[in-house]
Amino acid sequence: MSSRYEIRFSGSGGQGMILAGIIMAEAAAIYGDKNAVQSQSYGPESRGGASKAEVIISSQPIDYPKATAIDCMLAMTQEACTKYHKDIKEGGILLVDSDEVKEFPQGKFRLLKFPIINTAREELGKTIVANIISLGMIAELTGVVTHEAIEKAVLSRVPPAFLELNKKALQIGFEKAKTLK
Amino acid sequence: MAEKKKKLLQGNEACVEGALYAGCRFYAGYPITPSTEIAEGMSVRLPKLGGKFIQMEDEIASMAAIIGASLAGLKTLTATSGPGFSLKQEAIGYACLAEIPCVVINVMRGGPSTGYPTGPSQADIMQAKWGTHGDHPAISVTPAYVQEILTETVRAFNLAEKYRTPVVVLYDEIVGHMREPITMPAPGEIEVVDRAKVTCKPEEYFPYDDKYEVAPLAPFGTGYRFHVTGLNHKQDGFPTNDPKIIRENNERIMRKIENHKEDIWKNEETFLDDAEVAVFTIGSTARSARYAVNEARKAGIKAGLLRPLTIWPFPDRAVAELAKKVKAIIVPELNLGQMVLEVERCSRGATKVEGIHRVDGEPITPAQILEVIRKYK
Amino acid sequence: MSAPAAPEKKEKISVPFDYNKYLRPNKLPHIWCPGCGHGIVLKAMLRAIDKSGFSKDQICVVSGIGCSSRTPGYVDFNTLHTLHGRALSFATGIKLAKPELKVIVVTGDGDALAIGGNHFIHTCRRNIDLTVLVFTNAIYGMTGGQYSPTTPMGSQATTSRYGSIEKPFDACEMAKASGASFVARGTAYHTLELEKTIHEAIMHKGTSVVDIIDACPTYFGRMNKYKSATHMMEVLEKDGTVSVKQVDKLPPEKVQGKFLRGVLHKDERPEYCEQYASLIMEKAKAK
Repeated sequence: MSSRYEIRFSGSGGQGMILAGIIMAEAAAIYGDKNAVQSQSYGPESRGGASKAEVIISSQPIDYPKATAIDCMLAMTQEACTKYHKDIKEGGILLVDSDEVKEFPQGKFRLLKFPIINTAREELGKTIVANIISLGMIAELTGVVTHEAIEKAVLSRVPPAFLELNKKALQIGFEKAKTLK
Repeated sequence: MAEKKKKLLQGNEACVEGALYAGCRFYAGYPITPSTEIAEGMSVRLPKLGGKFIQMEDEIASMAAIIGASLAGLKTLTATSGPGFSLKQEAIGYACLAEIPCVVINVMRGGPSTGYPTGPSQADIMQAKWGTHGDHPAISVTPAYVQEILTETVRAFNLAEKYRTPVVVLYDEIVGHMREPITMPAPGEIEVVDRAKVTCKPEEYFPYDDKYEVAPLAPFGTGYRFHVTGLNHKQDGFPTNDPKIIRENNERIMRKIENHKEDIWKNEETFLDDAEVAVFTIGSTARSARYAVNEARKAGIKAGLLRPLTIWPFPDRAVAELAKKVKAIIVPELNLGQMVLEVERCSRGATKVEGIHRVDGEPITPAQILEVIRKYK
Repeated sequence: MSAPAAPEKKEKISVPFDYNKYLRPNKLPHIWCPGCGHGIVLKAMLRAIDKSGFSKDQICVVSGIGCSSRTPGYVDFNTLHTLHGRALSFATGIKLAKPELKVIVVTGDGDALAIGGNHFIHTCRRNIDLTVLVFTNAIYGMTGGQYSPTTPMGSQATTSRYGSIEKPFDACEMAKASGASFVARGTAYHTLELEKTIHEAIMHKGTSVVDIIDACPTYFGRMNKYKSATHMMEVLEKDGTVSVKQVDKLPPEKVQGKFLRGVLHKDERPEYCEQYASLIMEKAKAK
């Protein structure tokens, strides 16, 4: 990796975007051999409102912790998409939940649409794992962390009773992303 | 030796680790964004170590409680942010005059007033020095990386014990809430200073014994019955109106810091040897600055960075020396001009000093700093 | 961790009581005015401490700011003179850090109920083992006679020249409502009874509050037309109060408008430091 790989997870408060960021950072820095910095911004309320988490991954020490030119951005709501897409770099990826985002921003990036939340509902019966599906998709699409690292990172963060559910969610993410490539 | 296991920790979580490593066994606090994770962490960890956590009714009570607990012999901590830091000031002054060691974390958020609770700021730098009334000693340390929050929190405890004074750890919301992989230091790996033991007979003990610049402090309940007051006092701790003693004591509590600045200062220098333009800043802004300086070097500009990890006492000598060598010192800070005043004072006109200021709750970006660096290439 | 057993002393108080045993040499005379009740309260406190059996090293006396808060300077214990209103917060830190200390807080009505009112109610709520002696003289003496949160309505002070229009606090009602497990009232006039009450408060496990009515002849007395310090004591302390032991025997008109003296409330409920000690036992083992 040359220098920085920047990922932004965005959605509304309560959708697990910050957790997704933490897991991605752990996949890179704890279960992978890279450096990572995760940061976030959110309103004072715990639910609702646009929230974002950012992860910078690099083989070098990371100084500036915030995104400058985003390689990959996830948008789970229209509000987050509209508010946060501006820093995506040329040739970068914007992955949106296609049931939530109807107005697509213009830019020289790859726009990928997928019904992430609905897939979680239909295939796993739980929308709460939509963020884990998206992690699988991003790992597959970007290759910035290995399948093994992201799986270890996910499983270390979830309660034992939900290990299988999350494993499946991640697997679904890997598979669905392949259809978008 | 097996490689040490890394952990992804938030800045505020690293602060908890640092405090416990330093031997902190008492925490009193009041919830306030963006420092609350420190209270939450201490509430879980302290009882397991036989330590005490208490959530007080307000910020003032929290500060008072850690001073009381320190007098009972424990290393003590409180953490807060903007409005809470304002409320603690009276008791911080008490700890300065009564010379009670304790550590205060201030995770800086946007102000004034309630301001922008979830937004970063560096606007409490002057408050950390001048917040409480009267002339008083001040030590503040300013970590910028998650690993550094751990080590600088340990250093804050060491300085508090060594100089018998409150020490403020200042970092902005970005550093407090970001997560980075860190390695946990093994016991003994980082120096931990414990409180000086009192060895004299109780009848010979003075809590402010003028034989010392910093007298050892006996814990309450150990046979050394003495008096502590926030009034000007004599070496035995009792109030006095004697102008000579008042002056000597007021001067001594300043001198005990002033005479040991070499020990308290800590600066990180990046590319300063041949720098023609330098950046001076702390915290998350220093991270932007390091990025910008690296970019400038790539573009052939001789830029460097002076990053103080002790902002009070102010690194006056390092700035004065730097001012003689460079065309300009750029001071980016998340406020409308605080450190820049000190840099101007210490430069004594030897170089141009230019501030970059931002108070919209967003970080100062590397691009912003680079743009100003380019002006002086 | 628990407080040392404090054996009740069998022998009666030696007469005359040797106050010098507990007073710091060369720290007197005190700053209190002639006729002030604080000295009487101090003596009752020292006799009660003596009776409690705690050693001087085991006792910690903490105060805030004000006339009564100068008490710690005169007494030979671990002593702490703190900030206005914050004595209870400093004391909470000391007690929780070192529960084996017997911590006594000496405070005034302005210190405890106005600027420190929040700390007062929360200390009571926690039921932390502190003995709180509130010297209630209904005035800010040290700053020259301003009205306080216990100044009776209509009374004069330098800041209520036309008579106070504020309803005063009743420290005992407040302590009880806030959860203190021992609440009592005494006066400087009933000095032997006060000694007994303070002793009982010290021996109680939990937050014990004693509201002590004593007179400030210099400010409250002069501004409210009392003839002398003794006149004030008679009117406010002797005639202005009724013992809880007598209250049932007296006709209502003899009780109305008077403060009750004696132990007004007592219950057994878990003490804060003991609860914290059990938490440590549980969590340190589980580690």
